[in-house]
Amino acid sequence: MTPLAPGSQAPAVRLERFDADPFTEADFLGQTTVLVFYPFAFSSVCTDQLSLYDQLRGEFADRGATLYGVSCDSVWAQAAFKERLGIEMEQLSDFEPKGAACRAFGVYHPGGFPQRALVIVGPDARVRWSYQAPSPGELPGANLIFDGLQAA
Amino acid sequence: MPDLRSAPLPPLCERDHVRGAPGAPLLIEYGDLECAFCAVFHARLEALRASVPLRHVYRHFPVRSSHPRAHAAACATEAAGLQGAFWEMHDAILADQGHMEDPHLWALAQRLGLDLERFEADRRSDAVNVRVGEDFMGGVRAGVVTTPTVFIDGVAYTGEALSARLAALQAQV
Repeated sequence: MTPLAPGSQAPAVRLERFDADPFTEADFLGQTTVLVFYPFAFSSVCTDQLSLYDQLRGEFADRGATLYGVSCDSVWAQAAFKERLGIEMEQLSDFEPKGAACRAFGVYHPGGFPQRALVIVGPDARVRWSYQAPSPGELPGANLIFDGLQAA
Repeated sequence: MPDLRSAPLPPLCERDHVRGAPGAPLLIEYGDLECAFCAVFHARLEALRASVPLRHVYRHFPVRSSHPRAHAAACATEAAGLQGAFWEMHDAILADQGHMEDPHLWALAQRLGLDLERFEADRRSDAVNVRVGEDFMGGVRAGVVTTPTVFIDGVAYTGEALSARLAALQAQV
């Protein structure tokens, strides 16, 4: 399984949000979306990655991009994780059917969790750029997202 | 808008904080003064430097959400640096990470014999804040995600790989 390649139409998705209507493919339209797939809430590696990306929130916004964290954790776990980290990045839950969106984007790990992957979806709902870390323990630098935004 | 796309590790430059034997192997650390792993690395590195000639460069990589006082602490070390006491402030903060609020920083500045008024103005100055931000952005562009990240011979080491690399340096003695 590999991440959807640039040019692909973003798949239909239904990702739960803690305090809002579900995120669906309609939400891709009109904005540049960066989906940050991560294996597990509260694992130390994800913590570093999301904290760093969140610190650069203004830089992403300046480039018209909005980041979302995506995992198979429940919205309750994601909300607690977000609060613990003190970050603002919105979280999307791929909890039920488990991993459906991850599979659709080609980033579901055989171990039952999201790969550590990044997907940029353009305002036309087409994939502009995607990246999957060589292993879930390897953290993609924020520089890669800026490279991707430039390429897209 | 600053360019944040991938770029090579910024080479050693004039304004870098560096200590250790000239010509010795160079370790370039991206660190966060409120990060417990950085304090552990610091203690290990200082013990290692007692027996292995090494040069240590410290660059700032404070991450606010995880460590709300890290940026202020980084600015405090830069302000101390303007009075010639960067490493003294750096070592003092890492030796006692439980005390990083403003009154603690003032007490440290006093203990180090700094001009307190100047320290206070400098640590809040644009120049010092920009300096810390530039270190951070240079690290982001070089792919730094976590602290401490240490570059040795152009290779970035973190976590267990960093620990193993330090053990290998020790074993060379």
